[in-house]
Amino acid sequence: MSLLWLRFALACYFIGLVYAFVAITRTSDLFSRIALHAASLGMVFHFVSLTELFLSGHVVWASVHNGESLLAFLSMSFFMLIYAIYQTTSPGVVVFPVVFFLTFVAALDEQPVLLTQFVSHKGWLAAHIFLIFIGYAALLVSFGASLLYLVQERRLKAKKSASLISFLPALEVIDQIGYRSLLLGFPFMTLGLLTGSVVAISTYGRLDFLDPKILLSVLMWVVYMVMVFTRWNSGWRGRRAAFLATFAFVAALAAWAANYFSAIHRFAAS
Amino acid sequence: MRFQLIGVNHKSAPLEVRERLAIPESRLPDTCRELTAYPGIEEGMVISTCNRVEIVAHTTNGHADLRGFLHDHFHLTAAELDAHLYEFREKDAVRHLFRVASSLDSMVVGEAQILGQVKEAYATARAVGAVRGQLDQLFSRAFAVAKRVRSETAVGSSSVSIASVAVELAKKIFGTLEGKTVFIVGAGKMSELAARHLMAHGCASIFVANRTYDRAIGLAQKFNGQAIRFEDLYNTCDRADIVITSTGAPHAIFRREHGEQFLSRRKNRPMFFIDIAVPRDVSPEMGKLDGIFTYDIDDLQQAVSSHVADRRKEAELAEAIITSEVERFEARLQTLDVVPTIVSLQDHLETIRQAEIDRVRGRMGHLTPEQEMAVEALTRGIINKVMHTPITTLKTAAKESEATTVVDVVRRLFNLHDKEAAPPEKKREVETRP
Repeated sequence: MSLLWLRFALACYFIGLVYAFVAITRTSDLFSRIALHAASLGMVFHFVSLTELFLSGHVVWASVHNGESLLAFLSMSFFMLIYAIYQTTSPGVVVFPVVFFLTFVAALDEQPVLLTQFVSHKGWLAAHIFLIFIGYAALLVSFGASLLYLVQERRLKAKKSASLISFLPALEVIDQIGYRSLLLGFPFMTLGLLTGSVVAISTYGRLDFLDPKILLSVLMWVVYMVMVFTRWNSGWRGRRAAFLATFAFVAALAAWAANYFSAIHRFAAS
Repeated sequence: MRFQLIGVNHKSAPLEVRERLAIPESRLPDTCRELTAYPGIEEGMVISTCNRVEIVAHTTNGHADLRGFLHDHFHLTAAELDAHLYEFREKDAVRHLFRVASSLDSMVVGEAQILGQVKEAYATARAVGAVRGQLDQLFSRAFAVAKRVRSETAVGSSSVSIASVAVELAKKIFGTLEGKTVFIVGAGKMSELAARHLMAHGCASIFVANRTYDRAIGLAQKFNGQAIRFEDLYNTCDRADIVITSTGAPHAIFRREHGEQFLSRRKNRPMFFIDIAVPRDVSPEMGKLDGIFTYDIDDLQQAVSSHVADRRKEAELAEAIITSEVERFEARLQTLDVVPTIVSLQDHLETIRQAEIDRVRGRMGHLTPEQEMAVEALTRGIINKVMHTPITTLKTAAKESEATTVVDVVRRLFNLHDKEAAPPEKKREVETRP
């Protein structure tokens, strides 16, 4: 059943995906409203799907697909939070495709329910996953905002009168969205890594820093910290910030991919 | 519909002529009184703004000598004035007034000020009794049309002046202008105007720098701002979010190194330079820095003209609204025109009926209530039958252009007089009763 709801959600997110592609080329108030409603509806289905999974009693967040589903949901929540504050759907241009992709993969098939290796630390593990996923979602939005910032900056510099009626919010607003997501995400990411370490240490007795998963996670965290620091210290934004954000995002993707070849950080049934 | 309109505007007359015709506000009531006292004019009012002087009148026969009035009033000869005048009658006068009120005839199409000015002129004329029934209807319609044009088209929605384009750009960069700081470098009319617009949109504080320090102080006082010595320009500039620069300097005064300095001091928060100086005050190299946005006079002009193109499209839409409104107004007036005739026709026949009943009553002796009612019904029936065709004809004619002719014929046939003339006639009728 949970999978069925997820597929409904996927159908709704598809509209968001189409919006993301259309919004790049032109502005349509109506379409952004439709996309927003579709996304909200998708979130309801998604929530039902996640709740069912949770109530089924043998929830395995640590399975790849459930994890992806949760990450997609958190990213979407983040998007909605931004919409509530700034009344703009433009971060959807980046968020919608990623959410769609994650949901799509998660909705592919039902996974057999297996117990993870960390049976004895369920609480820590759940905390680790939640925290780190919120961090990921924030990073995703921040990355999206930094790309949009570049686009808007170019439009303003090009001095085309069309820049006056672009779908993007004001430059400073995009900047704020990016920076606030970054600030919000950082503690989550940090705590997520710490709880992860606790789980790893208690399971293996030590942290193997040469393990690709840990190496890449630490790298990602360092880049994240550099981003926050340069921004806080010297107000880096625009091209330099976008460069760092891209780097952090790629590191995050690599850290995610490392699940497939890390000796210690394996998903159940993956 | 006996409306007449005469006037000059920014298109028909140069400033020197408009200046001579401009009527100061204090003299408007007197001019309105003078106008209504002029032969052939029943109601009249005057609109006088810096771009136009117009006289709108409702006249006795549709051919009042408004030109003559202008000549007399301004002591100008026909040779001096007539070449600059335009004159409209009836439908065209209505159309022109609708266009003026809707800001389609303005120098900056869509600007909102004109409607307020027309409303003021209307209030003035009304206060002295120069505007009554007909013009009252015309102007209330004109205001409604202006409102419709404003709400149904985008003619008034986007601003076109350079100053307001600057505000729009600033909003695209900063989102809100609340709390932003403006720096005027080189005091001039245009930078002052731009600054005023920015302040009106929420900018909080202002600096002014000028080669002549006294002028900087003068301008700063106007805005409650702070005057800066020109030597301190580069040390202060980074505190401003928006810089309006218009010095007469022969070379750029803001160069790349300055921009880098500003950015590092303000932690890369963006800056917006509005460069309205020719030659330019901001070097193109500086404009390439991340976080510095420079718009020179050509960029702004281009933004303005693209707006004008948008507006032209909207103006076409507005013209269509005006055309339909003029027709609606005309139709309504004409229907209204036949109503008094129908009423006096009914009154006239009713009086005759009453008189005849009274006349024969004596000869009929005592009538039972039923008989009384039968007589009433009989006479009323005859009158209604007789009146049916003329009234239908009047109503039909009202919708076509022949209304005046038909009204005339009916009035003559039945010897109907205007309301003013009605009372004595009524009296005579009453007197014929026994």
